Amino acid sequence: MSPPEAKLVCRNIWKLFGHGAQEFLEKSGGNPTFEQLSDAGLVSAVRSVDLSVHEGEIFVIMGLSGSGKSTLVRCLSRLIEPTAGEILFHGENLLAASDAKMIEIRRHKMGMVFQHFALLPHMTVLANVAFPLEVQGVGRAEREERARQMISLVGLNGREEAYPRQLSGGQQQRVGIARSLAVEPELWFLDEPFSALDPLIRREMQDEFIRLQSVLKKTIVFITHDFDEAIRLADRIAIMKDGEIVQAGTPEDIVLNPATDYVQEFTRAVPRAKVVRVRSAMQPVGGDAPTAAVSAHATIAEAAPLFLQGAERLRVTGADGETLGELRRADVIDLVLQG
Amino acid sequence: MTDVPAASIGKPPASVMRHGAVALGIALAVFILFWKFGEDLAPWAFDYPKAQIVPAARWITQFTKWLINDATFGLFTFTDLTRFIAAVINFPYQLVLSLLETGVMSGRGSNAVQYLPPVSWIAVTAIVTLMGLYAGGRRLAVIVALCFLFLAVFGQWSSAMVTLASILVAVPLGVVGGLLLGIGAYRWRWLERALLPVLDLMQTIPVFAYLVPILFLFGFGATAAVVATLIYAMPPMTRVTMLALRQVPPDVRDLGNMIGCTRHQMTWRVLVPSAKDSLLVGMNQVIMLSLNMVIIASMIGAGGLGFDVLAALRRLDFGAGLESGFAIVALAIALDRLSQAFANRTAKPVPETKPRGFVARHPYLLAALVFVVITGVAGLFFPAIQAYPEGLQLSTGTFWSRVVEWINVNFFDALEAFKNALLLNVLIPFKRFLLGLPWAGVVAFLAVAGWVLRGPGLALLVAGLTFLIAATGQWEKAMITTYLCGISVLFASLIGVPIGIAAAEKDRLWRVVQVAIDTLQTLPSFVYLMPAVMLFRVGDFTAMIAVVAYSIVPAIRYSVLGIQRVDPRLVEAGKAMGCTEWQLLTRIKLKLAMPEIMLGLNQTIMFALSMLVITALVGTRDLGQEVYIALTKADPGRGLVAGLAVAFIAIVSDRLISAGAARTRARLGIAEEVR
Repeated sequence: MSPPEAKLVCRNIWKLFGHGAQEFLEKSGGNPTFEQLSDAGLVSAVRSVDLSVHEGEIFVIMGLSGSGKSTLVRCLSRLIEPTAGEILFHGENLLAASDAKMIEIRRHKMGMVFQHFALLPHMTVLANVAFPLEVQGVGRAEREERARQMISLVGLNGREEAYPRQLSGGQQQRVGIARSLAVEPELWFLDEPFSALDPLIRREMQDEFIRLQSVLKKTIVFITHDFDEAIRLADRIAIMKDGEIVQAGTPEDIVLNPATDYVQEFTRAVPRAKVVRVRSAMQPVGGDAPTAAVSAHATIAEAAPLFLQGAERLRVTGADGETLGELRRADVIDLVLQG
Repeated sequence: MTDVPAASIGKPPASVMRHGAVALGIALAVFILFWKFGEDLAPWAFDYPKAQIVPAARWITQFTKWLINDATFGLFTFTDLTRFIAAVINFPYQLVLSLLETGVMSGRGSNAVQYLPPVSWIAVTAIVTLMGLYAGGRRLAVIVALCFLFLAVFGQWSSAMVTLASILVAVPLGVVGGLLLGIGAYRWRWLERALLPVLDLMQTIPVFAYLVPILFLFGFGATAAVVATLIYAMPPMTRVTMLALRQVPPDVRDLGNMIGCTRHQMTWRVLVPSAKDSLLVGMNQVIMLSLNMVIIASMIGAGGLGFDVLAALRRLDFGAGLESGFAIVALAIALDRLSQAFANRTAKPVPETKPRGFVARHPYLLAALVFVVITGVAGLFFPAIQAYPEGLQLSTGTFWSRVVEWINVNFFDALEAFKNALLLNVLIPFKRFLLGLPWAGVVAFLAVAGWVLRGPGLALLVAGLTFLIAATGQWEKAMITTYLCGISVLFASLIGVPIGIAAAEKDRLWRVVQVAIDTLQTLPSFVYLMPAVMLFRVGDFTAMIAVVAYSIVPAIRYSVLGIQRVDPRLVEAGKAMGCTEWQLLTRIKLKLAMPEIMLGLNQTIMFALSMLVITALVGTRDLGQEVYIALTKADPGRGLVAGLAVAFIAIVSDRLISAGAARTRARLGIAEEVR
C-alpha cells in the first residue's frame, strides 16, 4: 500500500474565547499556560492542535464534553474562526480563503451531519435533502432526482413527503446523512451523529454508517464522546482533553499503548481481542509453516474461531498471500483472557 | 459561541446579605427621622423649588413645532415625510374600509355616489367562519360565527367593521415592520444595542403619551390612529423576533453555513422558517395589542367601537357603552381564537400527500369567493342580505341602563358605604402619607435600595430617574400615580395571589381560572372602565376598581406558575418528613415560588400603570390626567414629559423588583431562568 495522501492537514490550531484573544496569543509567544489565560480572562477551547486526515479514512476525534472536540471540528470547517493556526485542504490554506471562496468550498466539497439533526421543520424529507442543492441554485428536477437517490441510499424510500416531526430519531438522522451527502462532498464531517439516539438504534446506525462508507469511501472526520463507537468505526483516533490532543493513532495503538493514564481509563474496558490485529500478535515462523491461514489485517476476535478446529498455530498472510509469521494459540488465549 | 463561560456564578455569601439588610434598615431609619423632623431644616427637600424646575415640557413642544414648521432633510421637509407616511398608510386603509364598510364611492360628502356596496355582512361572517373551520375545526367556526353574528344582531356591525379595517391595515404593517427590525437587531449588534432601551421605554410609556405627538404630526383621523397602533404593536413583535431567532438551535445555524448559504438565504430560507412557530405567537400578540390600541386611538380619530365607548362614557350612557363594550369583547375573542388557531395549525402534522389542482387545493378560498359574489349580487335585490335589517336588530342598551338603575336604587347605600369606608380608611390616608414624603429623601432611599440590591449602576439609574420626575415639577402628580398604582397592586395581589395558590393545587379550579384570565387578558383595557363607572361613578375609587380588575391577571398567572414549577421532589421530600399541608405550602412551595411571585408582582405593577393612565377618563388627578389634558390641548411637551414620568416610575419599580427577585433566586440556589 502506498502512503495515503493527506486531504486535510491542520497545524497549531488555537481557539481562545474572550476579548483580545488574538493579540494575547501573539504576545505570549504562541503557547500560553492555563494560568496565563485565566489571568487574561480568556478560555481556551482548542490548544495547539496538529492533525492530518488522509484520503478515504475515517478519522475519529473522541473526547468528553468540554474537551473542545466540537469547537475543533467547527474550526476545521471555519464555522468558528480559529484564533491562530493553519488549515490546509488540498494544500490550500482555508483560513486565508475569502468568504465567497469559503461558501464555494462548503457548497461543493464539504458536508456535515449534526448531533440534533438540524432538519428544517417546515420542509418535507425530500425538500430537506434537496435543500443544499437548492441553495446552490440547482434546478428543481435535477435536485429532486439527486435527493431521491440519497434518500434511497439511506433506506428511507417512501418517506419523501413526510415532515421531520413525523419521523423517529433514527430516521431523522438518516435524513441528515442523506442531506449531507447530496452535494457529494469530498470531506464529510459528522458531529456526534448518533449521540442523541437510543443505544439499540445507535448500534444499527453505526452498522449503516460502516455499510455506507464501504460504498462511498469518503474522507471522514467523525466526532464522538463514546470510546466504543470510536474503536468500532475509526481508522485512526485522536483523543482530546482540555482542548489538546493527548494521543492520536490507530485503535490498536491506543489500546495497546495508551500514552497517558487518562487514555488508559478509556481503554480499560475495551476487549483487546476486538481491537488488536493479528499482525501485532504474530511471531516469526518457528519450524514448518502451518496450513491454516489468517490475514494479518484481521482482528484476534476474527481469528479465534479458526483455533476451534484444533490448530495450535495459524499461518499469517499479507495482502498478496505471502507468509509474514505465525499466530499461536497460547498468545490468543492470553489476549482474550485479558478482556 | 463567543460567550465566555463565567468562572463561577456563586451566590453572595451570607455576610454580604446581612450587610445589605442592615444598610437598608439604617437608610430607612434615617429616612423616617428626616421625614419627621427635617421639614424645617431643608424645606427644599420636601417641595421641589419652583425656580429650579426644568422646563422640559416647553422644550419638547418647541422642538415639535420646529419639526413641523422648519425641519428639513435637504431634499424634503419633515412635514413632507409625515405626509408621505400618512399617504402610504391611508391608501390600504381606505381600500379595506371601502371593502368592509363604506363601499366604493365617488365624490365627497352628500354628493357621493356608491358604485359598489361593501362586502355584505353575511359574506364577512361566512369568510371568518370558513377561516375558523380551516384553522381550528367546527368548534372554532361556531365561536367565530357567533361573535360576528352578535355584532350584526346588536347593531354594532358598522362600527366593528371600521375597527376591523384599522386592524387589518395595522397588523400586516406591524408584523412586517417588527420582523424586519428584529432581524436587523439580530444581525447587527449595534442596532440591537440601540433598540433595546427604546423597546424597554416603549413598553412602559403610557399609550396616551405618544398619541399627543402623533396627533400633532399626523392630524386627527384614522391614519394617525393606525400610526399610533403601529408604534404600539411593533415593539413586542420586534422582541419576539429577536428572541425567536436567537432560539433557533445552533445546529441549524451551522447547517446553513455548512451548505454555503449566503446571508440572505440564511435569514429567509433557514432562520425565519425555523422560528416560524414563535413568530406566529408574536403575530397573535400584535393582533391583540392592535385591537387594544385601535380602541384607545378612538381619541385621535380612529372611530369605530372605541369611539362608541368613549362617546357613551362622555354621555354617561351606560347601556350604549356596555353594548359597544360587549362588541369589542366579541371581536377580541374572535380575533384571538382565530389567530391562535392559525399559529397552532402549523405545529400539526400535515397529510403526506397533497391533492393536485387549484379547486382541490383551495376549497376554502373558493367557497369564500363564491359567497362574496353571490351575496354581493343578491344584496342588490334584497337589502337584508347586504346589510343586517334594522328591524331585526336587538338593543340591550335600555335593558342595561335599567339594570344599572336597579342596582343603584337597591344597593346604592351599600355600595356607597363600601366605597366610602375604603376611601376614608385606606385610600386617602395612604395618599396623604405619600404626598407628605420629602422627594429628596425618597430619591436617596431608592438609591440605597438599588445599591444594596445590585450595585452602584442600579443606584444611579433609580436615583437619576426619580430625580428627573421631581426636577420636571411632577412630584405631586407622580405620588398620586404611585398611590393609586400601589393601592391597586396591593388589592390585586391580595385577591390574585391566594386565587393563584388555590388554583395551582387544584386542577379543576385551575382550568376554570385559566379560561377566565385568558379571556380577561384578551379584553382591551377600555372595556374595564364601563362596569366600574356604572357602579361607582367617577373618582379614584372607580379608577382603582378598574385597575385591579385589569392587573389581577398576572398576579394569578405567576403565582400558579411559581407553585407549579416547584420541584416535585422537594414537595415529596417534605411529605416524607411528615409536613402538614399548611407546612408544605408555607415552608416549601411559597418559599421556592417567591421569585416567580415577585416577577408576577412586577407584571401586575406594569399592567396597573398602563391601565391607570386610561382611568384618567374617569377623573383621576395623577400623571395620567396630565397626559389626557395634554391630549385634549394638543400639547406634545406636556404629554410626553408626564408620559415619561410614568415610564420612569415603571422602570424604577421594574429594575428594583427584578434585582430583588434575582437576589432571592440566588439565595434559594435556583438557577436564573434563560429568557
